[in-house]
Amino acid sequence: MSSRSGLPAQAAVHAFSAFGIVAQTAATFAGLLLITFLIGRVLPIDPVLAAVGERASADVYEKVRVELGLNLPLHVQFWNYAVKVLHGDLGRSVLTANPVLTDIRRVFPATLELATLGTLIGVLLGVPIGVVAAARRGGFIDRVARVFALFGYSVPIFWLGLMGLLLFYARLGWVLGPGRIDVAYDEVVAPLTGALLVDSALRGEWEVFRNALGHIVLPAAVLGWLSLAYISRMTRSFLLAELGEEYVTTARVKGLSEWRVIVRHALRNALVPLVTVIALSYATLLEGSVLTETVFAWPGLGMYITNSLLSADMNAVLGGTLVVGCVFIGLNLLSDLVYRLVDPRVR
Amino acid sequence: MSSRREWLLAETPGSRMQARLGQAYLRWLSFRENPLALAGLGLVLLLVAIAVLAPWLSPHSPLEQDLARRLLPPGSGSLLGTDELGRDISSRILYGARTTLVIVALVIVLVAPVGLAVGTVAGYAGGFVDGALMRVTDVFLAFPRLILALAFVSAIGPGLINAIVAIACTAWPPYARIARAETLTIKNSEFIAAARLQGASPLRIIWSHVVPLCTSSLVVRVTLDMAGIILTAAGLGFLGLGAQPPLPEWGAMISSGRKFVLDQWWVATMPGIAIFVVSLGFNLLGDGLRDVLDPKQT
Repeated sequence: MSSRSGLPAQAAVHAFSAFGIVAQTAATFAGLLLITFLIGRVLPIDPVLAAVGERASADVYEKVRVELGLNLPLHVQFWNYAVKVLHGDLGRSVLTANPVLTDIRRVFPATLELATLGTLIGVLLGVPIGVVAAARRGGFIDRVARVFALFGYSVPIFWLGLMGLLLFYARLGWVLGPGRIDVAYDEVVAPLTGALLVDSALRGEWEVFRNALGHIVLPAAVLGWLSLAYISRMTRSFLLAELGEEYVTTARVKGLSEWRVIVRHALRNALVPLVTVIALSYATLLEGSVLTETVFAWPGLGMYITNSLLSADMNAVLGGTLVVGCVFIGLNLLSDLVYRLVDPRVR
Repeated sequence: MSSRREWLLAETPGSRMQARLGQAYLRWLSFRENPLALAGLGLVLLLVAIAVLAPWLSPHSPLEQDLARRLLPPGSGSLLGTDELGRDISSRILYGARTTLVIVALVIVLVAPVGLAVGTVAGYAGGFVDGALMRVTDVFLAFPRLILALAFVSAIGPGLINAIVAIACTAWPPYARIARAETLTIKNSEFIAAARLQGASPLRIIWSHVVPLCTSSLVVRVTLDMAGIILTAAGLGFLGLGAQPPLPEWGAMISSGRKFVLDQWWVATMPGIAIFVVSLGFNLLGDGLRDVLDPKQT
């Protein structure tokens, strides 16, 4: 109502709060940079020694130390680091000898594809399950969904992946094994988006599509369970909160059918906080991919980080950490903005 | 028996102790109503019992190798089979309960006081202190937990203690948030104003009036978090960054069993079941405690 009476003031407040969010995000990003910077500094590995070798003379050592900028005060070093990162320079990976950013660009689509499919499974199954559980509270489906979700919270995801491989790949042969695609189909499809499923479908290569699907279905299902557990419980509790509101009573008194009340009235309002939950679970899946990718030999960011870790390739580890952190921050920002867009009360 | 019950439920308790015990008894009564929560409590107590009694319960030493008896299936002379070095898996799982318990206990000892201190001080002080502390908290919250722990461990080196420190570094922010929210609701109450008028210093007010009131929601959160901590620790162990061999740790056991999972399935399966059962126990217990201690949340 007030939006009609005081438009300019409203818009100003709106712009200010949006500005506040962006400023907060920038501060968080700076904190993220500081953390990765400090982790890089407390390393037990001497970066100079790693560059010059153990037999270098003190002169050479000192020269390289100056070249690397390690003689400067800490805050200047941090500034240089931040400037480098903002220019997209994450350093060079020791393991692959490529710039870290190039490596990450190569592996990230695989992770994104996996996490997206996992989230899709979680949303497409989790929201309906949550709705039914709330509508028939305490009923059979509610109880089954609760146990299913509890199991999803409690199971170690890497173990679940292993067991899935054991059962569905080795014993039953329903899915294809570890990896993203069979070697025979590798690089048959020229990349468009980087997501193999999308690329092969767009190019009409259905054989490749089937193969890729056979590989992704198990890891996506494992991640999907995690996301399903979270989303179904949250949908249920948001919907139950809405169902206690007075407008729901009004709708019922008007004689609307129960499903119409739930789907057209209550669910629409419950969807607003659900956006945040879905964004959060998407971010969690990106993180969960570190463990899942190791199990399924999935050539994504998670496996890149773990492999670099095990060979003490710190530039790659910190670069990967930074990228995942940025995606987290980005998703948080996005869900915050969408939230404000959808819910007029927050404006 | 019934007189003890009456004493506990007395309308006018004679002492502060009696009132507290009566309150606890009422909570226990409503907790007892929930069979799932009781099951959770049972599982957690079982974990503690196994951890304490591991030397007496284990049929073999968890470290003793017997290469002649490697990769034996369950039942053939050893309950859950043997691993690639001929060690008895059941014994290693029982001793692994100790590792798990140590991780959980140390993380909580490190995390709860920090979260409590940051949250209550920020909430009570308000203004600039609040803003600064909460920004720091937000930075850590905005960070994926496992990845941050990975980066920490990679910097300070793998190992059980380092993994615990890394998890603790990433686990405190939610506690700070909760403690701050509780503090904000308490800080304008009249009894705080009364304490302030009596000349109590801010630290005294925080310590003896605010902190006690924050604990119940913190306990709920800690219990619910426990499962996550166990899973993160197991994940670090699985990646080879947590407890180092030959220490029996469930995540690392799964990792070593991974190589032969298709033929000798039991090596990786058994420790996974242990992790699952324990974190399920903490989740059930946490759910039950939330219903009792924090009715607002449900």
